[in-house]
Amino acid sequence: MSRAERAEGGPSVIALTVNGQRREFAAGTTVSALLQQLGLTSERVAVERNQALVPRAQHAATALEQDDVVEVVTLVGGG
Amino acid sequence: MSQAKLEDAPFIVGTHTFRSRLFVGTGKYASNEQMKAALDLSGTDCVTVAVRRANLEGAGESLVDHIDRSRFTILPNTAGCFDVESAVRTARLARELLGTNLIKLEVLGDPKTLLPEPLATLEATRELARDGFEVLVYTSDDPRLGVALAEAGAVAVMPAGSPIGSGQGVLNPNAIRILMELVEVPVIVDAGVGTASDVVLAMELGVEGVLLNTGIASAKDPLRMARAMRAASEAGRDAFLAGRIPKKLYANASSPWEGTFVPRPE
Repeated sequence: MSRAERAEGGPSVIALTVNGQRREFAAGTTVSALLQQLGLTSERVAVERNQALVPRAQHAATALEQDDVVEVVTLVGGG
Repeated sequence: MSQAKLEDAPFIVGTHTFRSRLFVGTGKYASNEQMKAALDLSGTDCVTVAVRRANLEGAGESLVDHIDRSRFTILPNTAGCFDVESAVRTARLARELLGTNLIKLEVLGDPKTLLPEPLATLEATRELARDGFEVLVYTSDDPRLGVALAEAGAVAVMPAGSPIGSGQGVLNPNAIRILMELVEVPVIVDAGVGTASDVVLAMELGVEGVLLNTGIASAKDPLRMARAMRAASEAGRDAFLAGRIPKKLYANASSPWEGTFVPRPE
């Protein structure tokens, strides 16, 4: 949904798939806001939106849209 | 003889220099404390990690909180990737997480054998090298594939000794010896190491290093095995540099015949 659509009174909530889970967030939620709501620190995670990396520097400026598929990843033990 | 004369050449991979020739994985330990103690005893200065979904229920801690980055170089992997695109995505996420351009590339064929998929591995190596990554590539022990991977831009070729976590050791030492002759970049045996003698045998072949995880983490006593692996990597490396004696069919007396004063049979 674009800003224009929102201005015209579009839905105030968007559904996203975050780490495989379908969840609702306020329309216009940015990557930074998403991480904040999830209680995650942006320095400790990396974020993909629709299979493309969103660099940390763009988290605040990247607004998520209806049906976006978001992956929030971190590091775990492995070989 | 002075200690200085026994020093080894530095172990250089891409733009990184390591003291230890063991790379150690951080998976499968009973606790972070056990992992830290094992890494310490192994003497490693390069550890591998994996990229996975963050826990959305509560912040939780990051593995990296338990790894001293001033001491260890962190080598993220693409474990669990079965196609080029997944591996490239994972590598980019790892670079974002760590600020490192190092990547241990794994593109596997299937979840049962975990054998590397050669064509996808080659394509992913090319793509990641072009994207500025220093690619340490997990591969089979096929020497010609290793050559192709080095030509595609890999900074290290890492043949499996045997399947991941199988503990079968180095099954085809001759293939690894040929690979070493054919590529300029370091050859690191990655996977299949079960016990200390496997590390010794690999290092005696002259490979630059060994990467292992399960052999330590799943041993009955991981800390003792970590120490054993350290000793093994050092022993194997020294034996390689020292140059072993040729194998012969008959005995060769260590004490001189000259000056013997007792009867000797024909």
